[in-house]
Amino acid sequence: MEFIELIRKPWPWYVAGPLIGLTVPALLLIGNKSFGISSSLRHICAACLPANIPFFQYNWRKEVWNLFFVAGITIGGMLSAQFLTNPNAFQLSAATVTDLRALGIRDFSGLMPADLFDPAYLFTLKGLLFFVLGGFLVGFGTRWAGGCTSGHAIMGLSTLQWPSLVATACFMIGGFAMTHLILPYLMTLI
Amino acid sequence: MQHVQESTESLVCDAPNNMKKTESWTANLNYVVVGVLFGIVFVKAEIISWFRIQEMFRLQSFHMYGVIGSAILVGMLSVWLIRKYNIKTLSGEEVTFRPKPFNRGQIYGGLLFGLGWAITGACPGPLFAQIGSGYVVVLTTLLSAIAGTWVYGYFRHRLPH
Repeated sequence: MEFIELIRKPWPWYVAGPLIGLTVPALLLIGNKSFGISSSLRHICAACLPANIPFFQYNWRKEVWNLFFVAGITIGGMLSAQFLTNPNAFQLSAATVTDLRALGIRDFSGLMPADLFDPAYLFTLKGLLFFVLGGFLVGFGTRWAGGCTSGHAIMGLSTLQWPSLVATACFMIGGFAMTHLILPYLMTLI
Repeated sequence: MQHVQESTESLVCDAPNNMKKTESWTANLNYVVVGVLFGIVFVKAEIISWFRIQEMFRLQSFHMYGVIGSAILVGMLSVWLIRKYNIKTLSGEEVTFRPKPFNRGQIYGGLLFGLGWAITGACPGPLFAQIGSGYVVVLTTLLSAIAGTWVYGYFRHRLPH
């Protein structure tokens, strides 16, 4: 079972990146599907609460593959957490640990900071900022931009579309602005 | 403010199904399998980690840049090969590439998504993988992202594009 031991360790970028890139031809060749994940959120709206909004009036059943795809991602997450857990402690760069400690993060043991992502914080200001506001920005922003990291950064750039480069640059600018300008302020509130 | 033409083109999906033949329900299992593999990569490369996203935006690790960069290169190469050799899909269809025309939403929306990405530590794909790997509280983030998508749909005609 050496192979299992090997894949339980964190995968380096040069293994993970190419595998993610291969999703593009896999989806194209299996069924002529363009890679993109944020569209699943739109299909959920169209299927559950279209409310006569033109943006949600389309044949979502034709795009249902996307919902199966994200269901698969969820199952993949479950399987990894069940059978492929990292035997070693989570490694984060020392500089990031120092920076985040200064912001009040104390627990560096898991993939997600227990100081933020705990159900106990659901109905607190922390929960409102990190889950509700953060999630809303992800859903609203990706749809306005017409795609996310998968649809624009990976699929869009793979097909050499400059609007996707603009979108990707804006994703990064937004992320840098939040990390360096807004997050320090948000962390003083909670 | 430019008014959006509600043409069928503008309402087309961003990650469209371009298959001409109709697929059986069981064909969807293929996409579950691709999703499962994809989800495992997400977790094992720790892309779903809020900490890794912080490392990326603080330029303190090459990991995320390596992942995204090599994914793009492999994607580009695959698309180039598909085009060059006119590789057909499993059901023999020509592979379709839809252009993503520019609109200002890519700037405004892109910036907003970037802000959300650094708060939640997740783009939409990792959200699903985080939930699967046991961070149940992220369901709230997902529900809020769905709400955000819905609110965008509601105000779409008033937003600059």
